[in-house]
Amino acid sequence: MPAKIIQTNDTPFHRVPVDPITLDIVENALRNARTEMDAVLFRTAMSPGIREQHDAYPMIANEEGKMVVGQFGSFLYGFMQGYEGTIEEGDIFITNDPYSCDGAVSHLNDWLLMMPIFHDGRLVSWAAMFGHMTDVGGKVPGSLPTDAKMIYEEGLIIPPSKIFRKGELNDELLALMLANTRMPEWNKSDFYAILASLRLAERRVRENIQRFGVDTYISAMQDMLDRNKLAMGAIIKMFIPEGDHKAYFEDWIDDDGQGNGPFKIACSLWREGDVAIFDFTGSDPQSLSSINFLLNEEMFKMFFGAFTINLFDPQILFNDGFYDLVDVRIPPGCILKPKKPAALSCRTHMLGRIFDLMGGLLGQGAPDALNAAGFSDSPHFMYSGFDRNGEWFQLFQIGFGGVPGRPVGDGPDGHSLWPAFTNVPNEFLEAYFPLRIRTYATIPDSGGAGLHRGGNGITIAYEMLEAGEISIHDDRWLTYPWGVNGGEPGMRSTKTLERTDGTKENIPSKCDRIKVEPGDILHFNTWGGGGWGDPLQRPAEKVWDDVQRGLVTVEGARRYGVVIHKNKVDEKETEKLRAEMARKRGDTKLFDRGFENLHELKARAKAETGFEPPKDPEFFAMKQAAE
Amino acid sequence: MTTTEDLIRTYESRLAEIEARLARVEGAQAPAPRAARRRGTGDLRLGVDVGGTFTDLLLLDEGKGRIFTAKVPSTPKDSSIGVLNGIEKICREAGIRPSEIAEVMHGTTVATNTVLTGSGARVGLVTTKGYRDTLQIARSYVPGGLGGWVIWNKSLPLARLEDTIEADERIDAKGHVLVPLDEKKLRKDLEKLAETGIEALTVSLFNAYVSDIHERRIAEIAAQIMPGIPISTSAGTMPEMYEYERTETTVVNSYVRPVVANYVSNLQTELKDQMGDVMLQILRSDGGLSSAQAAMDHPVNLLMSGPAGGVSGAKWIAKNAGFDHLLTFDMGGTSTDVALIEGGEARTRRETRVGDVTVRAPSIDVRTVGAGGGSIAYTPELTKALRVGPQSAGADPGPAAYKKGGEEPTVTDANVVLGYLPADAKLGGDMDISRDLAAKAVQKVADALDKTVEEAAEGIIAIVNENMVGALRLVSVEQGYDPRDFALIGFGGAGPLHANALARLIGAWPAIVPPGPGVLCAYGDATTRLRNEASQTFVKNTSATSDREVGKMLEELADRAAQDLEDEGVTRSEQETIYQIDIRYAGQGMKLTLDVTPEDFQREGLAGVEHRFDREHEQLFTFALDAEHELVGLRAVVQGAEKPFIGRDYGTAGPDASGAVVHETKVYEGGQWHATKIYDRAKLKAGNRIPGPAIVTEMDSTSLILPGHVGVIDKVGNILIWPEDHEKAR
Repeated sequence: MPAKIIQTNDTPFHRVPVDPITLDIVENALRNARTEMDAVLFRTAMSPGIREQHDAYPMIANEEGKMVVGQFGSFLYGFMQGYEGTIEEGDIFITNDPYSCDGAVSHLNDWLLMMPIFHDGRLVSWAAMFGHMTDVGGKVPGSLPTDAKMIYEEGLIIPPSKIFRKGELNDELLALMLANTRMPEWNKSDFYAILASLRLAERRVRENIQRFGVDTYISAMQDMLDRNKLAMGAIIKMFIPEGDHKAYFEDWIDDDGQGNGPFKIACSLWREGDVAIFDFTGSDPQSLSSINFLLNEEMFKMFFGAFTINLFDPQILFNDGFYDLVDVRIPPGCILKPKKPAALSCRTHMLGRIFDLMGGLLGQGAPDALNAAGFSDSPHFMYSGFDRNGEWFQLFQIGFGGVPGRPVGDGPDGHSLWPAFTNVPNEFLEAYFPLRIRTYATIPDSGGAGLHRGGNGITIAYEMLEAGEISIHDDRWLTYPWGVNGGEPGMRSTKTLERTDGTKENIPSKCDRIKVEPGDILHFNTWGGGGWGDPLQRPAEKVWDDVQRGLVTVEGARRYGVVIHKNKVDEKETEKLRAEMARKRGDTKLFDRGFENLHELKARAKAETGFEPPKDPEFFAMKQAAE
Repeated sequence: MTTTEDLIRTYESRLAEIEARLARVEGAQAPAPRAARRRGTGDLRLGVDVGGTFTDLLLLDEGKGRIFTAKVPSTPKDSSIGVLNGIEKICREAGIRPSEIAEVMHGTTVATNTVLTGSGARVGLVTTKGYRDTLQIARSYVPGGLGGWVIWNKSLPLARLEDTIEADERIDAKGHVLVPLDEKKLRKDLEKLAETGIEALTVSLFNAYVSDIHERRIAEIAAQIMPGIPISTSAGTMPEMYEYERTETTVVNSYVRPVVANYVSNLQTELKDQMGDVMLQILRSDGGLSSAQAAMDHPVNLLMSGPAGGVSGAKWIAKNAGFDHLLTFDMGGTSTDVALIEGGEARTRRETRVGDVTVRAPSIDVRTVGAGGGSIAYTPELTKALRVGPQSAGADPGPAAYKKGGEEPTVTDANVVLGYLPADAKLGGDMDISRDLAAKAVQKVADALDKTVEEAAEGIIAIVNENMVGALRLVSVEQGYDPRDFALIGFGGAGPLHANALARLIGAWPAIVPPGPGVLCAYGDATTRLRNEASQTFVKNTSATSDREVGKMLEELADRAAQDLEDEGVTRSEQETIYQIDIRYAGQGMKLTLDVTPEDFQREGLAGVEHRFDREHEQLFTFALDAEHELVGLRAVVQGAEKPFIGRDYGTAGPDASGAVVHETKVYEGGQWHATKIYDRAKLKAGNRIPGPAIVTEMDSTSLILPGHVGVIDKVGNILIWPEDHEKAR
């Protein structure tokens, strides 16, 4: 039964024509309100994840719950369908439960607040925002346990609940939530910061209504949605051919942290009439550990929309208007639609890999628009413990790697592919945590060679100043970020722990509770982006520039067939080497994954990475557990 | 987790460093007592604004209540020549000797242009070992939202990686030396760096905001190895946490420094030759004033100096006319700057953006588009669409109508063809206008479009107006403001010609043309209040300090700031002091700055400050917390008295303005010619009404009132243009 919306005024809205200037003003005012929501949040939040890295996403939706401005698309319609209660003026809803909001948030760390905005007794809009809390309880600091088998191990689950009821704070619920986290001060402040952002959106919406009248405001939002549908309709027709041909692509995440892997996600794409169909049949079943990703279909539509709009016309305002034009099919029980109570906390790898998958899928039909792989490098580093004064410290940090080579140019070194994300300044880390960051640099040659080079990954050397525990969530230690159109794969990720006695050990990509002592140094090396286009065609002087800048080594220049001798390009030798490499290589490949098949890849895992290859995953047991 | 005590120790040691550094800097330079500068024979203030096309001057004679203005062509190769020409001219017209001028306030675009044209110095950079990629990685931020990475290309850092070296040294977050500086290796690396041909050096070390002991040592060594190369240290430029922002800001400082320092020091020398003991001050991006020496050392604060003058001038004039919600629109020869003033205050931002470059230096929020009187109109071969700008005929050769050899059709030429800029009007007093040459140039566009020359000229004006509307939308609509709630003030050489049409496009009434619209920036320069501040970082929870401690520090800061201002000739009785306290909840990343009068602090103490902070936090963010309050910084701001309004007396008269008509002409608008009167602005009186179409000429500019509109002269001499049926037009 859908939620019951209580309105004291039952006058229906009238769709009225909106003149173009007014439409522009409403659109820009809402767009600006969204920016302001971010600004308020970043200024008042306390956890570095939100305050410095901006792991939070705002949205303003129309009265039906369709996102008009925002980032990840709207889940409100689904919420309104599924919530069995009333929606009244002054209510604010909170949830962190992926299973009761269709994956609108995809792990328990994300606290989602939703606020209906009323005007004159009628529901006129929604504002919503979710933010990643540093800790929500559960079995490990940071609440992202790699080895969780069920969601109950990952922290306190809050089903959709009224945290404000008719304007009154439900302080007992808040107290309950704060009593179940290791960082109550941060969560409390972040909670209020999100709330403040929503209130600001409410103020802006009401100002618009006062200025233009409620019918004009409602109609303007509808016009914005229609405009987007029109534009996306044209793009879909241009981009996805109709007919029997189905594009297909697959990719993997390496392991589940329990010695099993790789796990495959697969997708087919075709068009029927106006509608693009994405079918994830062929993806592996859900995993026994916490790498499952509950993918909200609407959110995937938004990923697709954002990606293509940027390719074709970045000026188009991007909202929910085009949702009817995309049909997303995810088989229940697969790793992208796991059944409760599957664990979900470490979904970050799969979430990122979706973008590589989509790029490969869409790009096949248009190789010129195809980007290399490298998305999803947002590895996590966590460090916590009691310092020598007995005070608890806890850090959650997201790192960045190389942006892939793209049709427009080289991938930037050590940049974020997630919107709005920034790194945590190292001076901030040193001032507020028992850490010393000895190195923060790009890794030469880690970007895949190409006509357009893949961006380099980053090496960070964390020296711990207090005894404690670290956790790591990372991937692409086994499979590579692939290159395209002749470009080569980027370098894999590695992690090494250097102890005070000089011993060094390789640290796996997914692990929890590794004990560290003062003076231990963790070298965290993120992966590089794949290369785009034939590296032998890259102008030698560009390769030489990179060598002088320390981004490519003299040895690494040979991957481009460029010979550096006595501090300059040896043109004769370069020509010779390039001819020889071209002859040996033959035709360039559309995709270069850096391996022939998983079997072959696993066979060389130990020699290349120092780790035994993961075992082929077994799905049977979990399927039973889930049913 | 770092304890509060640790933090306090950290900042105390940092504070001690900063104070020690200040003492050293002051001791080393041993400036002459500033009071001496005021002992010139006169007390006149001169505002000077150097634009791309013209150099504008405005002389304020407070004692006699007079102002003079002058306009001369800019001399882009060496702007100081134009400035000196202008001074000569304005002194001649005012009948004074240059030595009677005591102060010169100057807004300059020299730093901006250096960044925009990429013509800055080749900058070498010294970082801490392990941090050479600080600018390359930046904050890892990719603009453009989800999927934005697909189309974004990053520009090269202003200090190139091949010109970046690492110093083997390390200071920890508390300011202790962990690894002493390896001077031997550094010398070797600096020697190599010197050979690459760098022209400026930035030293930006990790944690230098806490202790700059190694930055200073490196600067000393570098000064020996590369004498004559200007060296900027990050702690000396922006002693704040965050290594990327500090490094970038310092590198931009280095990048523009040779050009700016050269310009300011030449200008200063030549001014002294002419005027004796004159005080030169440069307008900063945030609208404040900077001494010449500070401008040369920290040019990163001048990136918006030019536009800030215009905004200050507009604000000041409009305030005297009773308007405090304003869109300002400064149209010059090559570009147009727009800004928004709300409630009498210009919007400022914490950082300054010029082109791709963003630095941590406060500035007035000004947006610029490449549309000006000199913008060239053309029709691309393929589409035959009519485009205007951003290419500009600039000052040389200038528009075709100026008879200096220009042949390309410009916006000015279109204005001439349409009769908006009558061929017998004077520009800068000494410049002739040829309608024939203008028509010949515009004919090129007319031929390509198969239109008459008048139709083509109207098209050019429509397109350039549309471009400027785009910029006005950036500061209004896109910030959530409705332009219809604002008045539009148009100035700069070309602003008064376009103000009426722009106001009509965006519905901002009235369109205001201030008196002396061509020299409004110089007006802003000359009327800026002298201001000085003294601040110090002070990180402490309020519970760990006392009213007495904080009060004492604020008093000392106020005294320091006041002393400097007094040295510049502003007696204490003319001064106004305000305390600023940076405060937040312990743990937050932001801080709010609260203004508190000394009297209020005396009465309410820290409890009052906390209370105000909670209130303000609640108002801004809808909530207050029951958390500890943390002080972050203390500041005392001392300002001189506001300048009284000086202007002509416009008397009072009836609506009839026919006495000011000097000529009959015709203008082309809306597809037809209209008979039009030309008015002499000098003869207009307050209360006069000018029915459109009409042209109003004055020494430095020409205003256009369109058919269906009316211009009303207000008491301070502004022309307020309204639609003739507007309720306020009566």
